[in-house]
Amino acid sequence: MALIAMITGFLLILIGLYGALSNRNILRMIVAFSVANTGVNMVLVAVGYMKGRTAPILDEAVPAAEAASRIIDPVPQALVLTAIVIGVGVTALMLAYAYKLYEKKGSLDISEHTELKW
Amino acid sequence: MIKRLTLLLLLAGIGSLFAGLVLTYVPDETLNLTASYYAERTAEDLGAANIVTAIIVTYRGLDTLGEVTVLFLTAAIVGLVLARGKETAGKPQRQLPPPGELLTTGTRLLLPLILLFGAYVFSHGHLTPGGGFQGGAILASAMLLLLLSNPARRFSHRLITLVESTAGISFVFIGILGILLAGGFLDNRILPTGTFGELFSAGAIPLIYTLVGLKVGAEFSSMLVSLSETEEL
Repeated sequence: MALIAMITGFLLILIGLYGALSNRNILRMIVAFSVANTGVNMVLVAVGYMKGRTAPILDEAVPAAEAASRIIDPVPQALVLTAIVIGVGVTALMLAYAYKLYEKKGSLDISEHTELKW
Repeated sequence: MIKRLTLLLLLAGIGSLFAGLVLTYVPDETLNLTASYYAERTAEDLGAANIVTAIIVTYRGLDTLGEVTVLFLTAAIVGLVLARGKETAGKPQRQLPPPGELLTTGTRLLLPLILLFGAYVFSHGHLTPGGGFQGGAILASAMLLLLLSNPARRFSHRLITLVESTAGISFVFIGILGILLAGGFLDNRILPTGTFGELFSAGAIPLIYTLVGLKVGAEFSSMLVSLSETEEL
């Protein structure tokens, strides 16, 4: 189960990289980066998964005394929560810059924007 | 053609690296040292039922403060980059078609429910899956619904900034109170940890997560508003 999630995550990273490198439209590149970002998060969550264990929330089913043997690793989950929020911020920034570039040149084609090319 | 070939070769290389990682991956049988410390000590020390929340708000509270700061910076930069000059603000606006009965009524019906759900999610962060970041995102989705039903709607930037900065300053202030009254910066035991599993328990965690929820909601809303104001009307 964790292996399926991990392989899917890695595939999403590859799809995202392919999309970001093969497309010329800036908006498509941003979408591709979001796909790769999702893949990274999936891989991280899959690493924290352990067979036969449950979510790291204590209640009647998981008393605090047996927690260490009943729950999955909470640290990757906390990491991914952070990564998702930062991912949203990065996407918003990319969209804002894409808008600015469009305003300047009237085109979202990356080959029209040659200022930083050498 | 050559470009595509190089690209495929590059991806094949990265893919084989990933394959190596997956094939040699052995899942842990037991929790590692850090994780088992969190699992064993959270309920007793902090009184929080959700261990992920305990890690984010208390054990790694400083990281969360940093994360909220990054989000604030992002919202500020989006606002700065998309800021429009005064001369474009007053130009004549195009007549928009009406949003339609379904969307208008739906927005009116759903808006209070979404806001209530967002508040529920961030105030119960120490008990259920959820917390400030998720609740804040839900609050911002209410804002998005408002913008969808009327793209020409303008929100008060001053109100958003006020909510955001008040929540941010209170967050830091609670952190400093932790140094003075309890074990260290952002220690949640400045308030009694209460009965395990109740809403008013886990010390300052519900308070901090409510502030984080308001701050994240305000930041996401400010990004949405900045992006929507670029629309040519």
